[in-house]
Amino acid sequence: MSGQLDMIILLFVIISGIGAITVRDLLGAAILFGAYSFLMCLLWAIMGAVDVAFTEASVGAGVSTVLFVAAVFRTTRRTKD
Amino acid sequence: MKLVALASALLCGTILLFGTAEFPDFGDPDSPAASHVSPRYIEEAMAETSAPNIVTAVLADYRGFDTLFETAVVFSAAMACFFLLRIFGEDERRPSEKLYRHLPTGITLRIDPGGKVPDSPEFERIDGIWIPHDVIVKTTTRLIIPFIQLFGLYVIAHGHHSPGGGFQGGVILGASVILYAISQNLRQALGRMGEAVSAVFCAAGVFIYAGAGALCLLMGANFLDYSGLAPLFGVDAIQARSLGILVVEIGVGLAVMSAMVWIYYNLASMGRHQEGL
Repeated sequence: MSGQLDMIILLFVIISGIGAITVRDLLGAAILFGAYSFLMCLLWAIMGAVDVAFTEASVGAGVSTVLFVAAVFRTTRRTKD
Repeated sequence: MKLVALASALLCGTILLFGTAEFPDFGDPDSPAASHVSPRYIEEAMAETSAPNIVTAVLADYRGFDTLFETAVVFSAAMACFFLLRIFGEDERRPSEKLYRHLPTGITLRIDPGGKVPDSPEFERIDGIWIPHDVIVKTTTRLIIPFIQLFGLYVIAHGHHSPGGGFQGGVILGASVILYAISQNLRQALGRMGEAVSAVFCAAGVFIYAGAGALCLLMGANFLDYSGLAPLFGVDAIQARSLGILVVEIGVGLAVMSAMVWIYYNLASMGRHQEGL
């Protein structure tokens, strides 16, 4: 059961990771990166690394998303490449 | 050029994939990582440091040097953001008029420089015309911020008994201030926790950590060997290591909290500290 859950979450991790680097809207990329962090946090919680999961949830999914959104808000929403 | 990049990425990826075949299985008890230091930490950590959470014992006690310099990295990141982004003085390109909103009607007044500023609680100063007047968001965040901060303090203080510690608790505390800055405005947040306070707290956190280590030296023990602090705390050497972990976690929490808030202030206002998000 736990192995199947692992696989499902890993699939979503890969999807959100690829999405974060291919999406042309930088705000969307920031949100996808937050989703990626949250899924990694779930994965670590399943593996039993609760401290790492806690750090990922607070730093990765929480504050760094806010900082990315602030940076996008103050620069541009479109990628140049 | 893109083809070369794709080929080199595929080559490196293939080599790495072949490399993973040699890795020990997940949770293999005979793997190098699980057969040298891990058993010692798992068996002895509770007896040596009286910290039930082994992760925190390893992070703040056995590997105290690593965490000290991680805290220094967070401090330097905040300093780098400050030096790169901060611009002092008024922005000439922006008009220096002040905007006030009449709360009962929602009408916005623009007051030119030198004009009379309304002195009534019905008027609220706002940063831009586009900022919405949202009572629900402001009231909800005002209600939940104390609980977020209480939880952050619990995570720092209880870090050696349950998952958590200085980094997580500090980020939660910093996030509560950032939430305040987003839901109210940057000016009010700067009034609660100014730039100078953030800078001093950030440095003070690193100083507490390094100072705890130096205090151990002064007491005759090794650097960051908290058992040397036992006479100061008035407890035995094992209990002193648990209390020493708490002291450095407080330092880490202080540094991380103010670093997050400081980075947010500079990032959200493009270094001017005049208008936030």
